Amino acid sequence: MTLAFDMILCLMIVGTAAAALLMRNALAAIVFFIVLGNLLGLAWLAMDAVNVAMAEIAIGAGVTGVLLILTRQRLMALGDDLVSAEMPGWLRTGALVACAGFAALIGSAVLSVAPADDLGGSIAALMPGLGIENPVTGVLLAFRAYDTLLEAFVLLGALVAVWSLAPRGAWPQRPAALALAENGGHGVAAAFGRLLLPLALVMAAYLVWAGSDLPGGAFQAGTVLAGGLIIAAIGGAVSWPRADDRYLRVALVLGPAVFLIIGLAGIAQGRFLFYPPGFEKALIVAIEYSLALSIGVTLALQVAGPPVAPDHEG
Amino acid sequence: MSPLDLLVAVPLALMIAALLLGTWVRWLLLTAIPVMAGLTVWLLLLPEGSAHVVGDWNLPLGVQLRADGVAQLMVGAMAACASIVGLYALHEFAPGPDRSETAHGYAFWPLFYLLWGGANAGFLSTDLFNLYIALEMVSLAAVAMAAMGSLRAALRYFVIALVGSLAYLLGVALLFANYATVDVTLLAEMARPDLATKTALAVMTAGLLIKAAVFPLHGWLPPAHAAAPAPASALLSAIVVKVGFVILLRLWFEAFPAIVAPAGLEVLGWLGALAVLYGSVQAIRQDSLKALVAYSTVAQIGYLLLAFPLVATAAGSGGAWAGMTIHAIAHMLAKAAMFLAAGLMLKAVNGHRLKDLHGLARAMPLTVAAFGLAAVSLMGLPPSAGFIAKFLLLEAAVEQGAVFAAAVLIVGGLMAAVYLFNPLAWTFAGSDTPVVEATAPLRTAAPLALALLAVSLGFAGQAMVDVAASATSARLPAAVAVDVR
Repeated sequence: MTLAFDMILCLMIVGTAAAALLMRNALAAIVFFIVLGNLLGLAWLAMDAVNVAMAEIAIGAGVTGVLLILTRQRLMALGDDLVSAEMPGWLRTGALVACAGFAALIGSAVLSVAPADDLGGSIAALMPGLGIENPVTGVLLAFRAYDTLLEAFVLLGALVAVWSLAPRGAWPQRPAALALAENGGHGVAAAFGRLLLPLALVMAAYLVWAGSDLPGGAFQAGTVLAGGLIIAAIGGAVSWPRADDRYLRVALVLGPAVFLIIGLAGIAQGRFLFYPPGFEKALIVAIEYSLALSIGVTLALQVAGPPVAPDHEG
Repeated sequence: MSPLDLLVAVPLALMIAALLLGTWVRWLLLTAIPVMAGLTVWLLLLPEGSAHVVGDWNLPLGVQLRADGVAQLMVGAMAACASIVGLYALHEFAPGPDRSETAHGYAFWPLFYLLWGGANAGFLSTDLFNLYIALEMVSLAAVAMAAMGSLRAALRYFVIALVGSLAYLLGVALLFANYATVDVTLLAEMARPDLATKTALAVMTAGLLIKAAVFPLHGWLPPAHAAAPAPASALLSAIVVKVGFVILLRLWFEAFPAIVAPAGLEVLGWLGALAVLYGSVQAIRQDSLKALVAYSTVAQIGYLLLAFPLVATAAGSGGAWAGMTIHAIAHMLAKAAMFLAAGLMLKAVNGHRLKDLHGLARAMPLTVAAFGLAAVSLMGLPPSAGFIAKFLLLEAAVEQGAVFAAAVLIVGGLMAAVYLFNPLAWTFAGSDTPVVEATAPLRTAAPLALALLAVSLGFAGQAMVDVAASATSARLPAAVAVDVR
């Protein structure tokens, strides 16, 4: 039964990936790409990697899908016919052979690895000291908190990079509104957005709290929040803030700042990112809530793009 | 307390402050320079082989930070470079005329501190996954800075850099599956020459060669570095490519020296030789000053790889190791100086070609002098740090009978002389003095200071050799990582 399910899932993944690659119609290819993301999420679920599954579906299928659709819309607005140039046959064949060879090499390397003990044992031994039960949160916010801290700054830096692309005269205005191309969809999006944003807020708050013991956590919650914000923005329920909005800037740096301050406070106790005994869970949850907010706002604004001059809006 | 984490945490704190400060953002630099200088001195004074884990989590689970000779030299050169380039950038990345924010004036500074923190993280960590994140911090800031010059070049750089990141990450995943750790000091004790390890080493090396712009994966560098604003070009050429290089060192000479076949080192050496020759030929052919300087980076990176077979298994000791490390920091300082000087010259003449420099030596003698001094170090003329580096490499090549490497070192130096004398010759051409707008004293001083540093560090050659040789060989077993608490 499980084997049959796995086989079908694998076939569907390969099939949708091929469809996404081979489709000539850009919109159809994007749709297959989104389906692919969801199927990959299912595959992660089948491997009991619930956290990865959530991230894959939210970011890989959701946010990336929105970005691709918006890109298509902007390209069409610029008069691009969205048809990729014809590739010479030898190039296609060459690319296929190279990719297949690379995949075979990586595949055989992966299969050659003996299933050894990973770090699961040492993580499990350390978990009780943290007062939380989700080992993924333990790794992200304690054992490898340094990695996560740096990642949080990468995400923030990515938004600064997007902002730096603002055209002359557009700084510090708002990003362009995410209007739907077809007017008919607008009412639906507006109603849906109004409904979804509060739901997303509640769900994000729950995901952070649950993330201590169950799958979930700051990144998943942040993505849910971003999704809610994006849909609300498409429907017109919220409008993007100006890039120099004081509250916005505080919201963006809040998570990384709280993380860094707690990390530096650890030095007084002994070491950078050291959590004093007894306070581990409180500090982890504080970091996660502030991170979730910052991640959500940052991701939504990354999708929104750089500020544009007011007369170009719409 | 330890500078190993503060050298990363402080720039990140500065990045947050930069995002909140608005139009005052650039003056943050006046806090950053003394604090980072102090931390760097502290790092240099640490006892040999100081290391500790982050938080309370020991290896193999945690992340280890360590001050070895390479890290000390690179962080030190980075601090000098970033401080001086930052001072130069104060004028370029400033608020608009009516004290309003501008996109570049606002965005440059958080990216600048991200780059600083990321590079330090890359020099100080021994954890291959943590190094991946450091690489991402640096690449992201670099792409955004390149985009301030040419969006097209930056987009190309971005796509290629992403491929490099993914290749590297794939290797990290393979290593983790195979060894259940990604710390180079632990991997060194466990390394097995199996298929997974070799594949991981191969894909990670390919990814890092892209990041370090090693021939033939250098294609993204010249357009991106040539188009960016001068301070950004200086940071990109001086620092960003070195982060990939240092990780390559960790991988080849620390984690897997036992399984690296001499043939692999030879291949990297050959790539280095080709990079020196190809980059130099291209630099000679360039008509545009910044493209010339950018191709010179392709050539100079080549020397770092050329040294790989000479270093062989004697990592952490020997002349070739010291020569390679010193070359990395000499190039950092000299290339940053050269890009800043080139930026000033091109702005003054409002052009970009070599012949636009006609007679400029008489109009801006100090800037041309800075260019010339940087050229002295890049060509490897005494008494510069570049000379010490090339001399050590040449000595090692002759000792080991590596005739070809020795020949490339000499020919590369001669070709550098050709492509660097050419712009200098233009600045002395004719007899009239072009009229140019005066540059602010601080901006004139910046490239001069960097170039003087590159030249005068040659007098500290023995000290640098000693630092470079320290600690990489004395790697710490996980259990006895020095506890600084």
